[in-house]
Amino acid sequence: MARIIVDDVFCKGCGLCVAACPKGVLALDEERITPKGYHPAKLVDPDGCIGCASCYTTCPDVAITVVK
Amino acid sequence: MANNNAAQERVLMKGNEVLAEAAMRAGCRFFFGYPITPQTELAAYMAKKLPLIGGTFLQAESEIAAINMVYGAAAAGARVMTSSSSPGVSLKGEGVSYMAGADLPGVIVNVQRGGPGLGGIQPSQSDYFQATRALGHGDFFMPVLAPSTVQEMADLIYDAFDLADTYRTPTMILADGMIGQMMEPVLLPPERDPESLPAKPWATSGTRMEREHNVVNSLYLSPEKLNDTNHERFERYAAIRAKEQRAELMMCDDAELVVVAFGAASRIARTAVRDARAKGIKCGLLRPITLWPFPEQAIGQLIDGGTRAFLSVELNMGQMVEDVRLAASGRVPVSFYGQTGGVLPTPEEVLAAIEQAAATMERGE
Amino acid sequence: MAKANVAPITLPSYQQERIGSQIAETEKIVAARPRVLTDVVTNYCPGCTHGIVNRLVAECINELGIEGKTVGIAPVGCSVMMYDFFNCDMIEAAHGRAPAVATGVKRVHPDNVVFAYQGDGDLASIGTAETVHAATRGEKITVIFINNAIYGMTGGQMAPTSLPNQVTQTSPYGRDVSKVGYPVRIAEMVSTLDGVAYVERVTCDSRAHIMQAKKAIKKAFQNQIDGIGYSLVEVVATCPTNWGMTPQDAFQWLRDNMLPYYPLGVYKDVVADGFANAAEAALDRAKDCPIAQQKKEA
Repeated sequence: MARIIVDDVFCKGCGLCVAACPKGVLALDEERITPKGYHPAKLVDPDGCIGCASCYTTCPDVAITVVK
Repeated sequence: MANNNAAQERVLMKGNEVLAEAAMRAGCRFFFGYPITPQTELAAYMAKKLPLIGGTFLQAESEIAAINMVYGAAAAGARVMTSSSSPGVSLKGEGVSYMAGADLPGVIVNVQRGGPGLGGIQPSQSDYFQATRALGHGDFFMPVLAPSTVQEMADLIYDAFDLADTYRTPTMILADGMIGQMMEPVLLPPERDPESLPAKPWATSGTRMEREHNVVNSLYLSPEKLNDTNHERFERYAAIRAKEQRAELMMCDDAELVVVAFGAASRIARTAVRDARAKGIKCGLLRPITLWPFPEQAIGQLIDGGTRAFLSVELNMGQMVEDVRLAASGRVPVSFYGQTGGVLPTPEEVLAAIEQAAATMERGE
Repeated sequence: MAKANVAPITLPSYQQERIGSQIAETEKIVAARPRVLTDVVTNYCPGCTHGIVNRLVAECINELGIEGKTVGIAPVGCSVMMYDFFNCDMIEAAHGRAPAVATGVKRVHPDNVVFAYQGDGDLASIGTAETVHAATRGEKITVIFINNAIYGMTGGQMAPTSLPNQVTQTSPYGRDVSKVGYPVRIAEMVSTLDGVAYVERVTCDSRAHIMQAKKAIKKAFQNQIDGIGYSLVEVVATCPTNWGMTPQDAFQWLRDNMLPYYPLGVYKDVVADGFANAAEAALDRAKDCPIAQQKKEA
């Protein structure tokens, strides 16, 4: 099973990963605020992630680690 | 290398070529420049000789590119230089400021011609302010050495590379078209052993995965950091001021009037001072070899020893005279005599200026 | 991209604690920060494509195993602080002068891998002379050119690459080509120079385009390692902040307006053209010029 881990230190909540996810399983977490004041990205449907790393590829802040 | 073992040899050479030859002997293997009169022979000599000893001569697309190549080569840890003449040196101002800000050593030669603007191509000393005050934006100085003979072209550029490396600063040779074009016998310095050159652990030449990465930079967005950096640099400047002032004194032991002149002007002033002595005027010559740091210690000692007036003789409208006044600190009067545009005053004209200054001094004005 | 011969992906040391602790022993890392990137959060705005291209450069350096001999030259502009983001040796250059600085480094250490990373104001306006001459000299360097049609760092002024009629702070009525002329098309211009080995224009608005951009950047580095000649990759990029759009809308504007003006593709590739390097290609182009054909003694 694949999933992503978002590093709150780097994430700026730009949402490019959300738009890039072919499975539509990412969203910005409105419940949380990073130390820099952004809503970070999160995996909202853990079962839907296929580990394709499209999110990693489009993330301008290299905040995403993809594991399988 | 050609002269590895021949310690020193005496040859007849042109000033500009001596600058090039002595720079190579000091370990300079990289030259970046752009054509301009009257420094042409220097670049031509480098173009011919550097490739033969494994060095690089590169004619850049502009003075701006040339000084930035110097910046890159200095960052990479090399002994590197560029040369130009007044209008070209103005263009280098940006890069020299960045070198000062990034604490990069390198040698810049200015074989001065008249200005402002395109000015002329005859000898001049009108870049004194530019060299000692403001060759580029920001708070910085750099050592400025002023040769007055072809021999000194060799000796001073040899020293300039060491000064640059020791204090991590751009360093300038401020020559002029007269000494650049002149031929004189010269004792060339020995070839510097590359192993004896100072290590540069700060250089950006690749980490080889053996150390933390190095950064060459002049940007500090934190005001405190920039402030600290500038203060640290000025501590080095204070050390240069304390240790590196150089001047030649001639007939100064009992001199009441001291002529201050550097470079080409000092050659004329030297004759005039001798002539004045012959006429019974107690005068001497102070020849600054370092223009920055200005030899203010020598000026102070002369006043302590009884000098009552100074006359600054320059090939400009009066620039160094301000440093003489600062050094004299109002203790004795300072006057000025100068010509520009390549009009070289005769010894007789300088003698007349000395006589006038001496008369003024006697009247107590 | 071929995945063969790539070392297992690991986290950089500074992420071991905060990210590594969340990874189970049974899990394998598929994608992670390249170790040549430092633990510094960039100054780039959210959604800025500089970050993507920075990462591509870092990945190429890691994958080519050249971190220890790479020297990067940062420009003046939004990526001015790049020296803080990379673990290889870095030099901050004066505005537009990165190719000259890169020349200085490369001439001193020909075995170093030297790259210049520059925006459109830096490379195509104030540094045009340095760019053209480093290219025509055939300096064996790698130039990454970010074209986002605006000055970002200073707050959105007209760039040399701003499109006709594009509204910026200093073209408030739209870029009037009758008064200020036309955008500079760098990939086209640089590809005409004999010292150049490889020029490609890429973009970064989608996963596929980003992978293509990485391929181009890697090739631009590989060309340098192989001594083939000067390489430049122009990346058509966005500036969501100064374009006044969301990052996603900025990508759409890029597709609608930037890509028709700045067509993607390979503009020059001497190796694909059958030459060993830029010098051979230059010799062939001038085959009717006798003096250009004279052989130099080594």
